[in-house]
Amino acid sequence: MLEDLPILSFITFIPLGGALLLSLFAWLGKADGREQLERNAPRAALVISIAVLILSIVMTLDFDSSKAGFQFMEDTPWLGGGIEYRVGVDGISVLFVLLTAFLTPFCILASMTSVKKRMLEYMIAFLILETLMIGVFVSLDLILFYLFFEAVLIPMFIIIGVWGGKNRVYASYKFFLYTLLGSVLMLAAILWIYFYSGEQLGERTTDMRVLIEELKIPGGVQTWLWLAFFSSFAVKMPMWPVHTWLPDAHVEAPTAGSVILAGILLKLGGYGFLRFSIPLFPEASLNLAPIIFWMSVIAIIYTSLVAYRQNDMKKLIAYSSVAHMGFVTMGIFTFNMQGIQGGIFQMLSHGVISGALFFCVGVIYDRMHTREIASYGGLVSKMPVYAAFFLLFTMANVGLPGTSGFVGEILTMVGAYQVNPWIAFGAAFGMILSAVYALHLYREVIFGEVVNEKLEGILDVTKTEAFILGTLAFFTILLGIYPSLITDVTAASVEKLIADFNTAQIAAGVQ
Amino acid sequence: MFQTVSTFLPELFLAVTASLLLGFGLSKSQDRSVIVRYISAGILVVFGLMGYALDRPDGTAFSGLLYNNDFSDFLKAIIGLSAAAALLLSKHYFQSEKLDRYEFSVLTLYAVLGMSIMVSANNLLSMYIGIEMQSLALYIMAAFNRDSLRASEAGLKYFVLGALSSGLLLYGASMVYGFTGSLDFVTIRASIELSGPTTGVIAGMVFLLCGLAFKISAAPFHMWTPDVYEGSPTPVTGFFAAAPKLAAMAIIARLIVVPFGDILGQWQQVIIVLAILSMVVGALGAIVQTNIKRLMAYSSIANMGYALVPLAAGTVAGVQGMLIFMAIYIITVIGVFATILQMRLRNGMVEQISDLSGLSKTNPGMAISFTILMFSLIGIPPLLGFFGKLYAFLPAFEAGLWWLALIALVASVIGAFYYLRLVKVMWFDEPTREFVQAPHLVRVITIISVLLTFPLLIIPGISGAVIGLAETAAQALFVQ
Repeated sequence: MLEDLPILSFITFIPLGGALLLSLFAWLGKADGREQLERNAPRAALVISIAVLILSIVMTLDFDSSKAGFQFMEDTPWLGGGIEYRVGVDGISVLFVLLTAFLTPFCILASMTSVKKRMLEYMIAFLILETLMIGVFVSLDLILFYLFFEAVLIPMFIIIGVWGGKNRVYASYKFFLYTLLGSVLMLAAILWIYFYSGEQLGERTTDMRVLIEELKIPGGVQTWLWLAFFSSFAVKMPMWPVHTWLPDAHVEAPTAGSVILAGILLKLGGYGFLRFSIPLFPEASLNLAPIIFWMSVIAIIYTSLVAYRQNDMKKLIAYSSVAHMGFVTMGIFTFNMQGIQGGIFQMLSHGVISGALFFCVGVIYDRMHTREIASYGGLVSKMPVYAAFFLLFTMANVGLPGTSGFVGEILTMVGAYQVNPWIAFGAAFGMILSAVYALHLYREVIFGEVVNEKLEGILDVTKTEAFILGTLAFFTILLGIYPSLITDVTAASVEKLIADFNTAQIAAGVQ
Repeated sequence: MFQTVSTFLPELFLAVTASLLLGFGLSKSQDRSVIVRYISAGILVVFGLMGYALDRPDGTAFSGLLYNNDFSDFLKAIIGLSAAAALLLSKHYFQSEKLDRYEFSVLTLYAVLGMSIMVSANNLLSMYIGIEMQSLALYIMAAFNRDSLRASEAGLKYFVLGALSSGLLLYGASMVYGFTGSLDFVTIRASIELSGPTTGVIAGMVFLLCGLAFKISAAPFHMWTPDVYEGSPTPVTGFFAAAPKLAAMAIIARLIVVPFGDILGQWQQVIIVLAILSMVVGALGAIVQTNIKRLMAYSSIANMGYALVPLAAGTVAGVQGMLIFMAIYIITVIGVFATILQMRLRNGMVEQISDLSGLSKTNPGMAISFTILMFSLIGIPPLLGFFGKLYAFLPAFEAGLWWLALIALVASVIGAFYYLRLVKVMWFDEPTREFVQAPHLVRVITIISVLLTFPLLIIPGISGAVIGLAETAAQALFVQ
């Protein structure tokens, strides 16, 4: 029964429909009803996002994880000339759809109290963003993918710029122009592939399934195309040295914006590597993998050191995100089972953990309106429940066994060790550094004496906050002790990815 | 004879009705500008749809001076409709500036008549007649606010430089005539095929292209654009930015495909240089502008550069890409000027970018529509501007000019900066002032433009139909 419904289109476009409905209300509604609309907008958005979450859960349960191919396929004529509306999920993307649908309601819940102005526009922007992010993960057509991938810039630009902090204009420009420059190079590569498919396959197409299975791009060109895709994904990821937009964007984004940024947008890059770079350009991926490894290790060590020197809590977590994304790229480009599985696991678990950490910062930011580490201290005596949650997420961020952070990091390191032990060594060194900055943050904020007088009256977490943090904590631990929940779903698709990759290498070797 | 009438029917209709309206406006002392404007807009819509409604076979008129085919029908439809939109936009502006005269509408009709002759010209002579007819009407429209120093300056500047470009055109035409012995497009082609591209023909062709580059304001012939855009009355600027650009672009396409179709190697470099310079000058020049009309002038220079990119390919897909790009650009730019016309304070129009500050708080509807238009101009999917650029850059890739497309893509990233500045001013800055309620008509046109920008090409079915229309038009040019 589920097979007949275009369930992926529902999941993708329900939030957009909700956003249009909200804007229609705002447009047609009377001026004095505006206040009521502002009040009810978050509730409506919450209902919509929960509906999407339920649909995603239903879809995931119905997903057959023993099959490697794409499921819930939809194929509708669109622009013509081989460019069609094609969506579908496999074991890799289904979990990212679920992660997006899972984090969005929490972001909306958290925004209800923390966003102080223009609630209605905020909710509209957020719902549009949800549509676009899910769209990226489900699209199986290069042009359609690019459409969603690029469109994400519009709501993010507005969210950072309107609801951000002091330096928001600078941050939003940097975010927009950096990512746009990366993306147009990718667009150029996509167009090249489109024409090349016509030459080689006889019919031009941007269908990912056909391209992965049949298109053989010559080795020399692969490198250029790979670099063009890389320029886009590396900026989105972000990898060192093009990571500098991230701390700025994070610091100035509102809490929920940060959660979405760290939880989902950063995964677009890693997902892109898995979905496009490796299957389409296997030879170039193998040849350039050493560069990725060293860039990842530099990212892990360098950004960990930078994170230690930050005075701003959000900046510290932002830099730690860059370090964790280093583990992801390192894992993906090992091309073995542990590495890639670890990379995917790390992305999903980082989505939960970094999201939770940004919520934690948001909780005290809403009370004190400062993110300076120095203005806090001794919170453990004032906010015991909060201190416990913060401890759990800090430990998960460091990669303590028993939390989901550990699984991802150990898997990627095991994968990397098989390729190059030195890389694994560098990454392990980075883990020690991550303990340094994370524990430093925790000690400065939570322990010690209460020196700041303003902290005297601070209240512990509210019920809503406890619910958000509790749920995220539950999943952090659940995935930490039972990682098969994720690895079982992805296994078949990853195996196929690696098998295809190896076949391509052998074919290239023979020629 | 019958064929001449059938081919020339839309132009004939336009010429007769325009002259009748001129007489009608003149005959009574009372002011008839409002009724003349509505009738003219109706005439333009009818004229625009006439080509498709009549569904005539391709044909020549006046012994081959004009040649009408799907290509000209497509262009006439867009020119007619966009001119009608620009004319309707001007109503409120001229009324409140106390400038409303019926001559304006009639001049628009004559300008469109000139453009119409341009897009079906099949002879260097009829091309020149069309261009001059259009330009003379446009010079007067630029200086329509004759008591304003800036408007008179704009008109004069436009006239002097326009005359210069006409000189270039005529010089080029006479050289081509001298070396091929004909003014007729098809005969020129046959002659070039026979004797090869002699130096004289190539020099003449370069002069022709330079003269036309003035008309589309491609760099390095763009100098007049910012001043004329700034000085002319805003609705006139909106009109300048749309239809005349398309008509001139169309005649460039016709020239390089029909008479010079066999010497691609000769004109391609000219088009490429024009395209690159326009994109760079447009992108960099706009960054420092504070006046929104000057900014749109540089934006139009950059966009003409993008439109030349597919033409450089010289293929059917290239012409199709140019047509799609220009149609989309015109839809967007009419929306932009409709929005600029809404920037009215109690004591008059304003046109500084800073005047838009905090618009999203004082007038959210206008801010959202302007934001969508700006993102469309940047070329962010899923907005229409992205598809314009997609179809513009695809043919360049196909023809192996991928580096040109790459330059265009990078230029559009630089261009993103100044469009973003408008978005930033509207959304991130605090409001300083509030615009008065815009007239109904202007808002309706803005909304239509935004709605077209938003979902048109995304809906399956519609997208295929529109692309198919442009493809038929482009193919028609190549069969000739």
